Amino acid sequence: MKAGVLVFPGSNCDRDLAVAFERAGADVTMIWHKETDLPEDLDIVGVPGGFSFGDYLRCGAIAAQSPITRSLIRHTERGGYAIGICNGFQVLTETGILPGALMRNANLKFICKPVGLKVENTDNAFLSGYSEGQELSVPVAHHDGNYNVTDEKLAQLKSEGRIAFTYTDNPNGSTGDIAGVISKNRRVLGMMPHPERCVDEMHGGTDGVAMFRSLVDAVVAA
Amino acid sequence: MKVRVDVMLKTGVLDPQGEAVRHALGNLGFDGVEKVRQGKVIELDVADGTSEDTIKDMCDKLLANTVIENYAIQVL
Repeated sequence: MKAGVLVFPGSNCDRDLAVAFERAGADVTMIWHKETDLPEDLDIVGVPGGFSFGDYLRCGAIAAQSPITRSLIRHTERGGYAIGICNGFQVLTETGILPGALMRNANLKFICKPVGLKVENTDNAFLSGYSEGQELSVPVAHHDGNYNVTDEKLAQLKSEGRIAFTYTDNPNGSTGDIAGVISKNRRVLGMMPHPERCVDEMHGGTDGVAMFRSLVDAVVAA
Repeated sequence: MKVRVDVMLKTGVLDPQGEAVRHALGNLGFDGVEKVRQGKVIELDVADGTSEDTIKDMCDKLLANTVIENYAIQVL
């Protein structure tokens, strides 16, 4: 199983994400944003957290225009798997691959702490290793994680089972307590919390392990 | 040719920053400020004759996130 992790100027969770994929059994390639094409045999693309391009204009807006991001859009249109975490989620919404937008936290503060997440949907390769309703503890570290969608879109996401996680105690004002959403074809996940920061006992928790493991298993089995 | 683009959050999208500014004005003793909305101004220096459609394209593709923001173009 081959995973690629995109690296933008200002990405800072790229190596953590690579380690999480490697621990789960994937071969990982790091891909600089100026590359125009993803390696052809890639199974999944990870868009890491950080502050790509210094969060200029809007978080993720400049990265969404990088050469490699065009290739990422083509990859997802072909039905390829992708995961965007934190700034990676912001990049995925800015490209339009995932719906909605991430705004400044309602309390205007940068929030950096473990939060409670409830697994809302397991009918996807990312979360099949959890049970629906299961509560996890996963760290967040963001200033702009306030997920915003219209009521109409929220209803659609609910009815299509595309809400991956909700916060048990909403830290940032997100609509519908949403912490992560899935694409229509269920192959792309975007989430603000950092599962790659809880894959080792030394991280203080291992609730993220099952995500990377079930993802690798699903892709290998496919 | 100078062009000014005003980017504002759409009506109905909560603006926590504007709200914080409103509170701060109240704390300074400015009464009666009922609402504050905060946006951004982007000034462009573009080739003469650049069409409004091209500027709109720039706004739709990059300068504004039309999921949450509106923009207004003004040729100066």
